[in-house]
Amino acid sequence: MAAARPMRLFRNINAKIAAIPMVLTALVVFTGGTIWTVVYSFTNSKLLPREKWVGLQQYERLWGTERWNVAIENLLIYGACMVVFSLVIGFVLAALLDQKIRFENTFRTILLYPFALSFIVTGLVWQWLLNPDFGIQSVIQAMGWESFDFDPLYNADIVIYGVLIAGLWQGTGLVMCLMLAGLRGIDQEIWKAARVDGIPMWKTYIFIVIPMMRPVFITTLVIIASGIVRLYDLIVAQTGGGPGIASDVPAKYVYDYMFQGQNLGQGFAASTMMLLAVLVVIIPWAYLEFGGKKRV
Amino acid sequence: MTFRTILMAGTALCAGSALSAADLEVTHWWTSGGEAAAVQQFATEFEGQTEHKWIDGAIAGGGGTARPVMVSRIIGGDPMGAFQFNHGRQAEELIEAGLLRDMTHVAEAEGWTDIVNPPSLLEACTVDGKIYCAPVNIHSWQWLWLSNGAFEKAGLEVPANWDEFVAAAPALKEAGIQPMALGGQPWQSSGAFNVLMATLAGPDVLQQVYGDGDAEMAAGEELGRVFQAAADMREMVQGSNVQDWNQATNLVITDAAGGQIMGDWAQGEFAVAGEVAGEDYTCLPGLGVIEVLSTGGDAFYFPETGDAEIEAAQDALAATLLKPETQVAFNLKKGSLPIRGDVDLASANDCMKKGLQLLADGKTMPDVNMLNTEDTNNQLNDLFVQFFQDPSISAEDAQARFVDIVANKD
Repeated sequence: MAAARPMRLFRNINAKIAAIPMVLTALVVFTGGTIWTVVYSFTNSKLLPREKWVGLQQYERLWGTERWNVAIENLLIYGACMVVFSLVIGFVLAALLDQKIRFENTFRTILLYPFALSFIVTGLVWQWLLNPDFGIQSVIQAMGWESFDFDPLYNADIVIYGVLIAGLWQGTGLVMCLMLAGLRGIDQEIWKAARVDGIPMWKTYIFIVIPMMRPVFITTLVIIASGIVRLYDLIVAQTGGGPGIASDVPAKYVYDYMFQGQNLGQGFAASTMMLLAVLVVIIPWAYLEFGGKKRV
Repeated sequence: MTFRTILMAGTALCAGSALSAADLEVTHWWTSGGEAAAVQQFATEFEGQTEHKWIDGAIAGGGGTARPVMVSRIIGGDPMGAFQFNHGRQAEELIEAGLLRDMTHVAEAEGWTDIVNPPSLLEACTVDGKIYCAPVNIHSWQWLWLSNGAFEKAGLEVPANWDEFVAAAPALKEAGIQPMALGGQPWQSSGAFNVLMATLAGPDVLQQVYGDGDAEMAAGEELGRVFQAAADMREMVQGSNVQDWNQATNLVITDAAGGQIMGDWAQGEFAVAGEVAGEDYTCLPGLGVIEVLSTGGDAFYFPETGDAEIEAAQDALAATLLKPETQVAFNLKKGSLPIRGDVDLASANDCMKKGLQLLADGKTMPDVNMLNTEDTNNQLNDLFVQFFQDPSISAEDAQARFVDIVANKD
């Protein structure tokens, strides 16, 4: 028995050796880089990192900065709307496509197509579409509706919704595809049983199918959430953070201060706050999701 | 005899290899029409006067985009041959970290200390008595560019100073002309504010606020008036939906906007469009109030490469950049002023002559880049781009935030 124990470590030795590079990458690059960033966020590093400790000064400045607060607010609005709308629209589209309609492939391709475009292209396309002088507003005004007013990108109060439109246009197709795959994974027998019991279709969806699709929803949620936190290129391409600083997001703040502002300490403090925000959401969820299962 | 021949051949070989031509990659952010034409002059002069080759490494998107790219290349161990920065504190830390080459030997050989005028330009290149950069031009921010055509259309006289311009704004608006153009990029907003401060409150106030970090002055009445003027300007720029500075200048060129506060690099755009100073457009240095020019500008820095060939090419480039003929060719295209007082700019236009005159009279002030770190500039950018784009922020609130930045600056 005692001799058999160390064997466990060497079981599947080939697979374990093959995984070593990835394990090292995860430990050194991701974890190491993260720790380094957090440590240096307590310094007053400017262009180059240096070990001059200033305590929480960078964090105090960060939360006293108007721009950071605007960025956080934008991320919350964008994030909440993005999760709700992309899940709802994605699921509805998938459910519609699942009705055994004709030309399903064509529709699926059309709806998924925006996802093939980068955020930069998406941002530019929607920047032009939402430009009051050339885009949707001018087309509709030219059709005779003179008072039509729709220029979200030039209005500081609603600019983040202009970005949201572009984000939804780009991302919903993928959500739809994931949902469609999930719907296809539902056993046809369940539908038949529901029909025999005379349960209306919408009730079947909400009370039977959606709970069964839980793993798909979680995967989708993770993909959407990671897209929200790293929101950067869409903003840069579509609004440049403008008008003024009205459409700023945390990732852009981090980049601007780290590189343009030549203030690494401030950028590190901001990215540490982003990490913290992610952890606050992830840790309780992971605990419930994975920790809970083991106990059952 | 044979021995001597061998020796001579050997010397020739050594000399030959020491002088062999090198490819020198030069990075800069000069990409607008006038700027690209100007930098081409450098390349031509460099390749004409030396046997080295100029590899152009232009980075589009302006200094804010280009500087991080350049810095990360230098820090990352892949330095270019030479790169352009603005004078001042932008390269401070790179020098402290020993990443840039000391060019004092070239400066001494070429006698830069005697020819560079004003001397503050060379001082901005000097750290601990060593010279690290080659200044190539003087750029000043304090210019108001006015479209004569736009004022004609509105039936108005072309204003002679800022106050007249502000008074003319409603009439311009009535004639369907955008009174003033301002691009959406953050640096344009803070730049315009700094111009208002230097010309309406005076250069001494600016020196005290940015140079000494005097928060009391920043909270004072003089700055209060500047913020009121900025609020006036905000009303005048409402509706100019452009991003880049040259697009804003283009509004002035095409008479779609009355005027623009922009540095003398706008001159290059007017020149490319074939406009004539005094006829098609008017320039007012110091906004016609206090005629003073800041002496910022561009300079080339030379990273440490450890490669003797590259170093020879770097020395050659540094010497070429300050040669009189290079200075004339470059600055005429760029619209900036030469860094040496002894060159003849006979073909300069009205606006450049006004600038040269101010320079000769010594009506100069330090550039904001020499007083502020990039960090402080970035904070000012954030404040003013928001202020100019969002009319709901009052001048008083903006001033309070300004005082905060000044009090905490380093």
